[in-house]
Amino acid sequence: MSTTTTRGVAQPAPAKASSARPRRGLRGNPTLNFWLFTGPFLIGLVIFVFVPIGWSAWLSFFDARYTVTPSHFVGFDNYKQILTNSNFSGSLVTFTVFAAFIVPTTWALSLGLALLVHRLRFMRAFFRSVFFLPTAVSYVAAALIWKMSIFNGVRFGLANTVMSWFGVDNTTWISNPTPPWYWLVIVTLRLWIQAGFYMILFLAALQNIPPELYEAAAIDGAKPGWQTFRYITLPQLRATSTAVILLLLIAAYQAFDEFFNIIGTKATWAQTPLMELYKTALGTDQDYGAGSAGAVILSLLICIVTLAQGKIMGFGGGEK
Amino acid sequence: MTTTTPHVDKRRKRGGVLGSAGLYIAVSVAALLFLIPFYLIIRNSLSTDLEITGPNWKVLPSFQWGNISELFNDPTVEFGRSLWNSTVIAVLSTIGTLLFCSMAGYGLARIPYKHANKVFYAVLATLMVPTAVTFVPSFVLVSSLGWIDTYRGMIVPGLFSGFTCFLFRQYFLGFPKELEEAARVDGLGYWGAYWRIVVPNSLNFFAAIATITFISGWNAFLWPLVIGQDPDSWTVQVALSSFITNQTVNFHLIFMATAISILPLVFVFLFLQRWLVQGIAQTGIKG
Repeated sequence: MSTTTTRGVAQPAPAKASSARPRRGLRGNPTLNFWLFTGPFLIGLVIFVFVPIGWSAWLSFFDARYTVTPSHFVGFDNYKQILTNSNFSGSLVTFTVFAAFIVPTTWALSLGLALLVHRLRFMRAFFRSVFFLPTAVSYVAAALIWKMSIFNGVRFGLANTVMSWFGVDNTTWISNPTPPWYWLVIVTLRLWIQAGFYMILFLAALQNIPPELYEAAAIDGAKPGWQTFRYITLPQLRATSTAVILLLLIAAYQAFDEFFNIIGTKATWAQTPLMELYKTALGTDQDYGAGSAGAVILSLLICIVTLAQGKIMGFGGGEK
Repeated sequence: MTTTTPHVDKRRKRGGVLGSAGLYIAVSVAALLFLIPFYLIIRNSLSTDLEITGPNWKVLPSFQWGNISELFNDPTVEFGRSLWNSTVIAVLSTIGTLLFCSMAGYGLARIPYKHANKVFYAVLATLMVPTAVTFVPSFVLVSSLGWIDTYRGMIVPGLFSGFTCFLFRQYFLGFPKELEEAARVDGLGYWGAYWRIVVPNSLNFFAAIATITFISGWNAFLWPLVIGQDPDSWTVQVALSSFITNQTVNFHLIFMATAISILPLVFVFLFLQRWLVQGIAQTGIKG
């Protein structure tokens, strides 16, 4: 946003600093101070981000069961093993199905809530807080409520209680993969936690739409409601919508907590990519080679999405 | 939202009363649905097991406040221990992240060093892969350091967030230069100007980042699960997760533990919401 303006100002800055040059000792030396400020962070970044990634790329070419300092080079065997493993490809299918459910529903719900809250004149802050509040709740706590209270398979679960009022029999929501009711459990949980956060993004974007657009449309005879929404609001929210959809995709890709706690790693269905990595590297096999190969593959896949995101949203914050 | 022509004004008024009644009904129904899980936590945590699992749904519980002391006195659960672990980890993570990332962000934004851009690109490169995806390599490193089951292992690898550093850089780019220049004229170096002028004038932004870091530290699950193998090092989230699969813990204790794990965050969240909303709207931070 402000990058371009501050960059414009940044050019004359050295000249101004030079007016204070007499005071410059070590305290004013830019090179020294740059490393003083960024050094601690950069050292940590190298040790805890770059080293693990490099180490993992190296491990992925070795037979590294139960060891992180292997000696037996196996070439691309770990990659072959991971890519031909039906559990791993199955986890990518799980992600795809999950994303197909959660991305459109979260987009629609958060936009809908933002449109409602945006039109409120009284108690706007109250309703915004109510929808935003679940963001503070952990996926584990929510999984516990969803699994043990709302979608409990026996009679006292809230969903089954409500359905019994209408004469519908108890449903096992989670422990039975056919029909796949577990998707309802998983998707409503994440909707509840996420929607408020993205609502805030949409609210900020709605406030930035110039009111003159609506006035001009009204003069031109556009009906308030669907017409103005379709031809003014929606196009004006395009940038935010794109960003939201990409953020939702990346978040869905990393899904672990609620699947781990609701479905569990022993089930044969609904295993996410991170759950497969968890089982491969930290399960009974402790196969760090295959686990690393899997991490490399998943990283490459997500790099593509993130790069697309960077292209669209503009990393570095430069104005388009 | 000002209406300039009587034509528009009329249309607005006609739909007014009915329209806003419908609007408030819709938004209230949605709000009630969003509050159901909170209601269930509170209701169940103050119930007896029989009230939770009984055949007749009771709207209000019998308010068993004794559930709180029962939870903390139950030696098989050790919930107090995991609360303490989570507090230490979330607090230290927040302090460390703010310290390292804000300083680096400031250096990248404001100190004229000729290779600063190259360093910035190296930081940006780490944003391409979310840390959750690389938990296997991080685990390999941390276990080689012998940091399994330690606070160090839980905290240190998460401190160096490229994304938080990036957000601080973006924020400092917009920080008014005049304030710093005044400090420089007064004879302060970069270090002095940063701590005496820049940080005290950026507390809103620090508060927003601190809230988000604290919440995500408190709510983190995958990393504490991988590192905390001994129950003594479990965080609240790992402990809650173990209750889900463990059949021996009673329902009312599980829900009381859930309530206690959520309540402090809800208060922090409501209290700091204003800055949080501003911060998110400005930067699109993901919690």
